Amino acid sequence: MSGSLMGSPDPGGRFGDFGGRFVPESLVPACQELEAAFTEAWAHRAFRAELREVLHHYGGRPTPVTECHRLSEQLGIRLLLKREDLAHTGSHKLNNVIGQALLARRMGKSRLVAETGAGQHGVAAATAAALFGMECVVFMGEIDTVRQALNVFRMELLGARVQPVASGSRTLKDAVNEALRYWVAEVDTTHYCIGSVMGPHPYPWIVRELQRVVGEEARGQCRELLDGGDPDWVVACVGGGSNAAGTFAGFVDTDSALVGVEAAGGSAMGHGVPGVVHGMKSYLMQDEAGQIREAESISAGLDYPGIGPEHAHLATIGRARYAQAGDDEVLEAFQLLSRTEGIIPALEPAHALAWVIRQAGTEIPRGASVLLTLSGRGDKDVAQVRDLLSQGPPS
Amino acid sequence: MTPEAPATVAGALELHLRARRDAGHKLLVPYVTAGLRHDWLQVVQAVVAAGADAVEIGIPFSDPMIDGPVIQAASLEALRRGTTPDGVVAELSAVEVSVPLCVMTYYNLVFRAGHRRFARSLASSGVAGAIVPDLPLEEAVAWCAEADEAGVATVMLVAPSTSSPRATLICRRSRGFVYGVGRMGVTGERQSLARSARDVARRLRTVTDLPVCIGIGVSTAEQAAEVCTEADGVVIGSALVRRLLQGAGPDEAAEFVGGVRRRLDSLAG
Repeated sequence: MSGSLMGSPDPGGRFGDFGGRFVPESLVPACQELEAAFTEAWAHRAFRAELREVLHHYGGRPTPVTECHRLSEQLGIRLLLKREDLAHTGSHKLNNVIGQALLARRMGKSRLVAETGAGQHGVAAATAAALFGMECVVFMGEIDTVRQALNVFRMELLGARVQPVASGSRTLKDAVNEALRYWVAEVDTTHYCIGSVMGPHPYPWIVRELQRVVGEEARGQCRELLDGGDPDWVVACVGGGSNAAGTFAGFVDTDSALVGVEAAGGSAMGHGVPGVVHGMKSYLMQDEAGQIREAESISAGLDYPGIGPEHAHLATIGRARYAQAGDDEVLEAFQLLSRTEGIIPALEPAHALAWVIRQAGTEIPRGASVLLTLSGRGDKDVAQVRDLLSQGPPS
Repeated sequence: MTPEAPATVAGALELHLRARRDAGHKLLVPYVTAGLRHDWLQVVQAVVAAGADAVEIGIPFSDPMIDGPVIQAASLEALRRGTTPDGVVAELSAVEVSVPLCVMTYYNLVFRAGHRRFARSLASSGVAGAIVPDLPLEEAVAWCAEADEAGVATVMLVAPSTSSPRATLICRRSRGFVYGVGRMGVTGERQSLARSARDVARRLRTVTDLPVCIGIGVSTAEQAAEVCTEADGVVIGSALVRRLLQGAGPDEAAEFVGGVRRRLDSLAG
């Protein structure tokens, strides 16, 4: 697998020029231990079988692919949704946390620490911890604890301790910093359960492998719907980029065009340049001197100034492209999918949908097939969207 | 030019610290966040006058991952005051001090500036060394080559979690001194010295002849004295920076550092 596209990174944890392991020396041994543990477990049939079992009987996998007949007709394309909103906890995040919790248990660690932005990963981590009888500490930016108060309560119901982060910009990037700081001090007993394809090696690789199930399932399901063919376009939203990485992994060796859609206000590929933060080299929003900029969008889950290093590599070699969607068109897409298909999407995948809606009939030719990963359901966002819509008409 | 030549040039920090150590002094390296106050350079001069053997100059970064609340707050305050890496280096070039200066910053600022440009600007400002805590051994090769070439000593870190074979490799690559991480955790003051601080120092003695200074979790004169029963010296950051954040100026900084100096001197004497 090594050397092939979306296979293993090089021994230094690089995908082309990106990735690596830029962490304080205190954490290097823990990253090495994790790399060895995952390499061993992932080659082990029993580990994979247990993961598959849990994701099936507990997580509800496989999730279906739904063809959107009414919206397809309206857009003049053939739109298929990979329904990660139907997985337990309401998003693709469960795939990753179940895998990491099993790995943590295998390594003899009894506590998970996680960062969260919108709360989806925090809820998933708290869920996995409850399922396996582990402790869970979730760091969440103070601003996000207000924006996503219900998710804070969900995590607490699940037995996790939510630690508001008051440092820096008090959002996702600062929650990552705090989780890393906590991990340094508690590394003997604690596994850092990172939520996306980011951070130091081996995390971007581990999380992509654990999310690969999304793309692999979708590929088979698309072939059933498309008479054995692959979709012309494969589209997913990107913050750190885990649902996109998992989706792309299933299609990278096909002729499908791969598109990641970032929030216009959190666009590392659109507005960033290469840099190093949170243990990885990737594209980052930063100023002239290299100070990291704060991301800003209506979606807390995409408010991240960086992007997973493998996405930076896929963009550099031209295998995937990265586009942006703005807040207003995202709100439109959110409502349109709700009305035409009876599916309320999370704001994050509504970005991917907004791009498809904008490009349908132009860049995406009439009649083309599009697979879009609906990475999560919108229940968490309805209160915020209600407030945004009552503020004034974007439409 | 022989391959050894750059290392000889880079020896300013090491030579100075070795000479002090070999003369029976314990090494005291205070940390000051650049740009925290308008008179931060006077703070640097004051701590030198009070007995510092070298000074660590923190160039503030927006996301200081290995720093606790005090240095985080100082970094944000310095950034708020408009502090930039270029500005700090320019200010340092104008200051006259009798001991080596060593900058501490995060890798993105080095990467963004470019290895060669950053290394040369440090050297031309008279900065003797650089500590980049998020640049571990495997990632440090390219930077170290440029730093060596420019005559800037790259000080590497060894943690309590570092294995002995790895510590040997890190010490071989370290220039100036070896920074022993006193405890697993972020920078900050602690009630007591962690057992790991002396353990790391003892372990490092067996693998290197470079001066060994312990930092992270060394907050008081007593703790400094305790760790210096095994180590050659200490780095003191948060305890000094907290005082600066609370309004202390050059005089109070000198008083604190002078107190640690006297305690260490009593130990050596």
